[in-house]
Amino acid sequence: MEDSVLTNGKTILETRALVAGFDGKDIVKSVSLAVPEGRITAVMGPSGCGKTTFMRCINRMHELAANAQVSGEVLLDGEDVYRINPILLRRRIGMVFQRPNPFPTMSIYENVVAGYNLNGARMSRVERDRIVEETLRRVTLWDEVKDALYRRGTFLSGGQQQRLCIARALAMKPEILLLDEPTSALDPKATAAIEELVVSLKGVVTIIQVTHNIPQAARISDYTAFIHLGELVEFGPTKTLFTVPKDKRTEEYLSGKFG
Amino acid sequence: MADTHNGAIGAASTRVRKMDAAVTARLRGDTAFRVLMLALSFIAIVPLALILVYIVVRGASSINWAFLTQLPKPMGEAGGGISNAIVGTVILIVIASVISIPLGILAGIFLSERSQSRLGTVARLSVETLMGIPSIVIGIVAYTWIVKPMGHFSSLSGGVALAMIMLPVITLATEETLLLIPMTLREAALALGVSYPRMITRVILPSGMSGILTGVLLAVARGAGETAPLLFTAFGSPFMAANIFKPMESLPHTIFYYATSPYPEWQALAWGASFVLLVLVLALNVITKLVTSRWKIQF
Repeated sequence: MEDSVLTNGKTILETRALVAGFDGKDIVKSVSLAVPEGRITAVMGPSGCGKTTFMRCINRMHELAANAQVSGEVLLDGEDVYRINPILLRRRIGMVFQRPNPFPTMSIYENVVAGYNLNGARMSRVERDRIVEETLRRVTLWDEVKDALYRRGTFLSGGQQQRLCIARALAMKPEILLLDEPTSALDPKATAAIEELVVSLKGVVTIIQVTHNIPQAARISDYTAFIHLGELVEFGPTKTLFTVPKDKRTEEYLSGKFG
Repeated sequence: MADTHNGAIGAASTRVRKMDAAVTARLRGDTAFRVLMLALSFIAIVPLALILVYIVVRGASSINWAFLTQLPKPMGEAGGGISNAIVGTVILIVIASVISIPLGILAGIFLSERSQSRLGTVARLSVETLMGIPSIVIGIVAYTWIVKPMGHFSSLSGGVALAMIMLPVITLATEETLLLIPMTLREAALALGVSYPRMITRVILPSGMSGILTGVLLAVARGAGETAPLLFTAFGSPFMAANIFKPMESLPHTIFYYATSPYPEWQALAWGASFVLLVLVLALNVITKLVTSRWKIQF
């Protein structure tokens, strides 16, 4: 399944026989996947198929639950992430969640540099200002908030909040950005803005986006992985997977027979 | 044909009339319920209003600059103030706060973070039990712990007794506040590579600050008004005392002491002291309300 032929670029992240779940029950069942660098990879599947659990194994958020278990390998640049300190790992792999979650006690400005501030990084004011402006421009939020940088981030609209959360993750200059259904709580207009933003980040950062929205996967991703009942059914370039799926289950899912 | 048609209309209009009657009855019931609710709410306010009016009427006349700044005069001499009791209450509250606020907040954090652990279960049970222990019993405990070994009454022992009263209030307020903070906020911090202690101190605690402060201020208000535990501990003293190893006067004790005396002048002083204590506690409650609305965090 994880043919390097498919990805013909450098693989930045690879999972090998990844099994994960809660209370001894496996939700992700032996998923092996190679994620190409600098591209957008969509992880798609019906609700409850394990796609979010799969993604949370990558930055080791899964193991935060007391009843979680995980086995198999996740390699970041060939290095096993389960041998990296999770705190350091998460600075290299950013994450954006389903619901926008800016820090409610912080201003927009502080939210962008929260990763630095909370980790006690020493930085000059000038450098902070530069990161804030650069990152907010990157997520196309600068023009909307440049006069309100010191207002609370929670005053923004849902779509703006989500772009702020993407900025917060990007400010850390991560190698990989994990997006967990980032548009599921947003209206169509805000969704379109996020999709456009995600596409514009291609080449800047490797993106893995979980979605149960089939057209969205088709619109934004270069590669698509289809997960069903915890198993990786099919993985390949999005165009190929959507036009000539190899597996019958993929074909059925794409034509709306389940999910 | 025409007959059945008219009959159908007749039946329909009867039904409509019946529904109208039902709606009218329901609206009447609605009004009755609203009146009842207003009446009961009013009755709930009456005791507090009566206490306030009574204390203000009896106590306010004693209040003047001398009353607030002078020491009590010996029996038989006119005048005298309660400055030692005001200072004493402040010192007692400071001692109690220094002990109970850090302990209470840390315990509250622990309870909200590790509620399922065995220690968490035991700790919560203990705190809830402590909440229900009569304050006079806490006074006896502080007496056996501190007054007995030291051989004399002291404000330190009074502070410890008040701390035991304040501790569960702060702990439970902290726990309840932190449990309401959405999981997504912790995840946001952890996903940025923030360590667990920093997440707690820099993200979770600031987000719950208004609730924690509310708990602290309510605990202080509660501690400021306690009399029973102070009878065995800080005891009381007619002098201005700053030594925490010596007996110390407090407002509740002043009230107790003067109010139970047979002299009308002393009873007037007790009303004055009640007024001061009431203003203090009310002020704390008002500040609490202001703090909660000002620091309200929108998630």
